[in-house]
Amino acid sequence: MGKPGRAFIAGAYEHPTRHAVDTSVAQLHAESAIGALADAGLTKDDVDGYFCAGDAPGLGGLSMIEYMGLDVRYMDSTDSGGSAYIVHLGHAVEAIAAGKCSVALITLGGRPKGAGKAPLPDYGNDTPDIGFETPYNQNIVNNYAMAAMRHRHEYGTTSEQLAWIKVAASHHAQHNEHAVLQNVVTVEDVVNSPMIADPLHRLDCCVVSDGGGALVVVSPEIAKTLGDRCVKIMGQGEASKTTNRGDIDLTYTGAVKSAPIAFEEAGLTPADIDMVTIYDSFTITVLISLEDLGFCEKGQGGKFVSDGNLISGVGKLPFNTDGGGLCNNHPSNRGSMTKVIEAVRQVRGEAHPKVQVPNCRFALAHGTGGLISTRIGSATAILGRNDA
Amino acid sequence: MTTEAGQEVHPHYPKPAINVETQPFWDGAAEGKLLLKRCGDCDKTHYYPRNICPHCFSANTEWFETAGKGRIYSFSVMRRAPVPYVIAFVTLEEGPSMMTNIVDCDFDAVAIDQEVKLTFREAEGGIALPVFTPV
Repeated sequence: MGKPGRAFIAGAYEHPTRHAVDTSVAQLHAESAIGALADAGLTKDDVDGYFCAGDAPGLGGLSMIEYMGLDVRYMDSTDSGGSAYIVHLGHAVEAIAAGKCSVALITLGGRPKGAGKAPLPDYGNDTPDIGFETPYNQNIVNNYAMAAMRHRHEYGTTSEQLAWIKVAASHHAQHNEHAVLQNVVTVEDVVNSPMIADPLHRLDCCVVSDGGGALVVVSPEIAKTLGDRCVKIMGQGEASKTTNRGDIDLTYTGAVKSAPIAFEEAGLTPADIDMVTIYDSFTITVLISLEDLGFCEKGQGGKFVSDGNLISGVGKLPFNTDGGGLCNNHPSNRGSMTKVIEAVRQVRGEAHPKVQVPNCRFALAHGTGGLISTRIGSATAILGRNDA
Repeated sequence: MTTEAGQEVHPHYPKPAINVETQPFWDGAAEGKLLLKRCGDCDKTHYYPRNICPHCFSANTEWFETAGKGRIYSFSVMRRAPVPYVIAFVTLEEGPSMMTNIVDCDFDAVAIDQEVKLTFREAEGGIALPVFTPV
């Protein structure tokens, strides 16, 4: 078990594009890296560790290392879908603590909109599970919808309760000039939007956008030289969850395992957290995550998110203050990179003034990657202010 | 769902990814059977079928034919599709739950815990695809 402050986030950068018509995926990665290194006050020659997931073109990280002209002594291309970048964050801490690298660069980039590609990749005949799923026309929406349907059945969660999550995201997105959707919506707007896959309406779904993002994670020694904008990594946890040999339970995610690990490492509890960023592929993803992370009892998520409880300045637990995937962006169909970036802004006190949480000391960033009803990777990170 | 001429309209069922390990499942389906695997060592059943038991790692697994009956664990009606359809997890009498489709029914009447029984659809490539319909 680790302890807080073994590494710091020195740089974070969110690519401003939402529709990359003539920018390649490699270039999106590199432009994000340039932004994050500039934010950190470092150069690419300082980078000695590189982390990426399946959105990076080429074999593991090698193609992007070559494209950017890096020369590293540590590589990690763990892919757990949209949660991968919070996985990388934890792996970077461990690598730095072990002395394997001291400046770790994590990048994301993708252009699903520009390329017009279907978001589910072709995994091929050797993938053992997929043959029992694709013939039934599984897609991302109806997979998440089955979790929502079961949650409704077991706990009485309503469409109106789920809608509050989108409403909160939209309240934040109105202040984000880069957000794909900047209009404030109401519960009625969400439940009256077209049904896509019961019980998920169009406005229960995140946006499709291009873009990218990058993080620079450094050792405590380097962080000291870079100043108090460096964000302390308090703790991180990750976990898998699968169809469990056919013993299906769609009411929870891997966050039930990843969150306690992160909290224990940080020496904190949910009551210490000032704001959260949660990968919001769909409204139901946020609701189940909040329960699993320990912010409310299992089954009480619907009640917890209602009446603006997730709106900054209104509710008790501000979430996704950039508008999240539901309104801001969803580069490469992977959401946890942007979650970390907004959490960094918050603990630095650099979020938009209209959504900045006063005296934000601890933020929790959480990602669910893959497909919630079949197999997912979950990852939780707790970030603290430099002096935390 | 039917056309005005009374002819049933189905969604397109993509061809399953099949490999040497999973071929017997699809051969069984072609004979109108839903085959599962049970472990000869720990006696537990699992889904999707594997040669190596995911409970105890034994290679002593064997195919057996299910009764083709179960209950809906969860489902969703995919409305935004050229031909709407129901995707579901059905919990089989033998224990495991499997992803499937619910067919030949009023989609608005599909419910969790509803009893369903095995039937088949033809997937791309002429492959028999196990699906379920309300009892």
